[in-house]
Amino acid sequence: MRLAEWIDVGRIDELGRLDTPVHRLDARAKAVTVLAYIACVMSYHRYEVVALAPLALFPIVMSSLGRIPWGFLWRRMLVAAPFVLAVAVFNPLLDRAQVTALGPIGISGGWLSFSSIMLRFVLTVSAALALIACTGIYDLCSGMERLGLPGIFASQILFLHRYLFVLGDEAQRLARGLAVRGFRPRVLRLRVYGSLLGHMLLRSVARAERIYCAMVARGFDGTIRTQRPGMLRLSDAAFVFGWAGYFAAARAWNLSALLGDWLVRVAR
Amino acid sequence: MHMADALVSPAVGGTMWGVSAAAIAYSARKVKLQRKDSLVPLMGVLGAFVFAAQMINFTIPGTGSSGHIAGGLLLAILLGPEAAFLVIASVLVVQAFFFADGGLLALGCNMFNMGFFPAFIAYPFVYRVLVRKQYAAPRGWVAAVAAAVVALLLGAFSVVVETKASGISALPFGTFVMLMLPIHFAIGIVEGLATAAVVLFVARARPEVLAGGEPAAGRRRSLRPVLIGLLIAAGLVGGALSWFASTHPDGLEWSIAGLTGHTELAQQADTAHQKLAQVQGGSAIMPDYGFKRPGAAGQHGAARAAPAWPAVSPETSLSGLLGGLLTLVLAVLVGLALRTRRAPGAHTTVGR
Repeated sequence: MRLAEWIDVGRIDELGRLDTPVHRLDARAKAVTVLAYIACVMSYHRYEVVALAPLALFPIVMSSLGRIPWGFLWRRMLVAAPFVLAVAVFNPLLDRAQVTALGPIGISGGWLSFSSIMLRFVLTVSAALALIACTGIYDLCSGMERLGLPGIFASQILFLHRYLFVLGDEAQRLARGLAVRGFRPRVLRLRVYGSLLGHMLLRSVARAERIYCAMVARGFDGTIRTQRPGMLRLSDAAFVFGWAGYFAAARAWNLSALLGDWLVRVAR
Repeated sequence: MHMADALVSPAVGGTMWGVSAAAIAYSARKVKLQRKDSLVPLMGVLGAFVFAAQMINFTIPGTGSSGHIAGGLLLAILLGPEAAFLVIASVLVVQAFFFADGGLLALGCNMFNMGFFPAFIAYPFVYRVLVRKQYAAPRGWVAAVAAAVVALLLGAFSVVVETKASGISALPFGTFVMLMLPIHFAIGIVEGLATAAVVLFVARARPEVLAGGEPAAGRRRSLRPVLIGLLIAAGLVGGALSWFASTHPDGLEWSIAGLTGHTELAQQADTAHQKLAQVQGGSAIMPDYGFKRPGAAGQHGAARAAPAWPAVSPETSLSGLLGGLLTLVLAVLVGLALRTRRAPGAHTTVGR
């Protein structure tokens, strides 16, 4: 994991603290809507490309209202793309039967499904990123806990997130210490690696013990209490049902094709 | 090994969500029953440790390249299966949200592939049985490598099954398995070596830290039933694989697709022979699909949906594309409009 990625994590936390209409919505409403959205995107046939286009509206509107920079979303997406690309790239090679045509150019099923996978990748990842950047991990976890996530798991995620940077800094200090002491290569022999990482592990364990003592001193009794989110408001319900209705409409009718047909008819 | 949302169908994703949710609920209850309050911060910090550890690379012995630890097996050794599963699952949640590694729909799949196998299979049935508290070479190294390889192979196999069941990738089952398993075999060896190196250091410096993963009661597992179980499992998997590879190259895909209205058995057998030859030839990356009769491949990959995709006339697909592009442009314009309308207020409303 490179440094730039850590900076991006901090960036997402910062974005999560903004105050916009989307940020003010209840975390549960946003989480449910995004899940429904992803399920809807993935429920199309594997050759479907054009009909997916209307669904792009959701992440675009959410990130715009939530003031999430598109360049940021795009950069995070590029980092995650290789695995999907590696699997998708086989489709054009394997599935060569012509399925449709654009004017004189025949298009094979493989290229259709490849484009479909990459488009869905952009849609699903941007929706997930928009969700966390418009909600923040804390609200998301307490919201999910309200929806039935075991409390111990919710507090585990929060703990992990809280100490991410503390231990990330520690790893960097160790690496810098090595460099200062003349370890030239950036990569280590296994035995050196074992003791370096072992040291880091023991430091982490010692830190956990200190944290535990501090928590006990402050009255910790084994459960972490997250703030209960308030009642769902009308705007939350409107958000969920409004978007669900739009997804259903986009799923039922091929809005792109309808628009295209209409345009062609008008042009004539 | 992170599966992305774009490769998972809602049915597969939903099923695996259910499976992983059950595993989380079970683990959470088990951890709670331990009544060890100090476990709460320890689990959290170790989760963050896994991220930090991935910043540090080591040279892979015998090669010029470098790698880093994934940490699943190490967590199981330090914490025991249930707590380790929760930590791995939380790491995957953070990776899915903050690093776009994996996805939300695929989260259940990823938790199962990368959490369940190391925590509930490889650690208790391979590592703990083999290592018997002797972490030094050769026993500690063999145990860690064997456990990591088992965990990664099972995980990789499960990735293939889930991807195939989702029906989005056109990769044939056999080819995908042949691609994934050797890679993850190698990754498993590296992961095992790194884990063993860390565990050995900890065992020498502070052995009591390693006691966290051991079961409370002094219940000893004997080696024999486990070895027999592994043998049977290997036989079953091998048998199933060879069946897939020989009689039905795409057996799984075929059965999932429902086999609706396809009775081209002669052609099926034909491709089976070619496929077998290619698998044996070891160059199975480019199977015979490209040389098949046009039309066959399309039905092959998506048997269920083939009837739903009659050759569309060029004109309608052109207008469809036009409409699709226009829809995208409209969506972006809506976004831009929302953006510019908000911009003036940006200074005043940015708060903490």
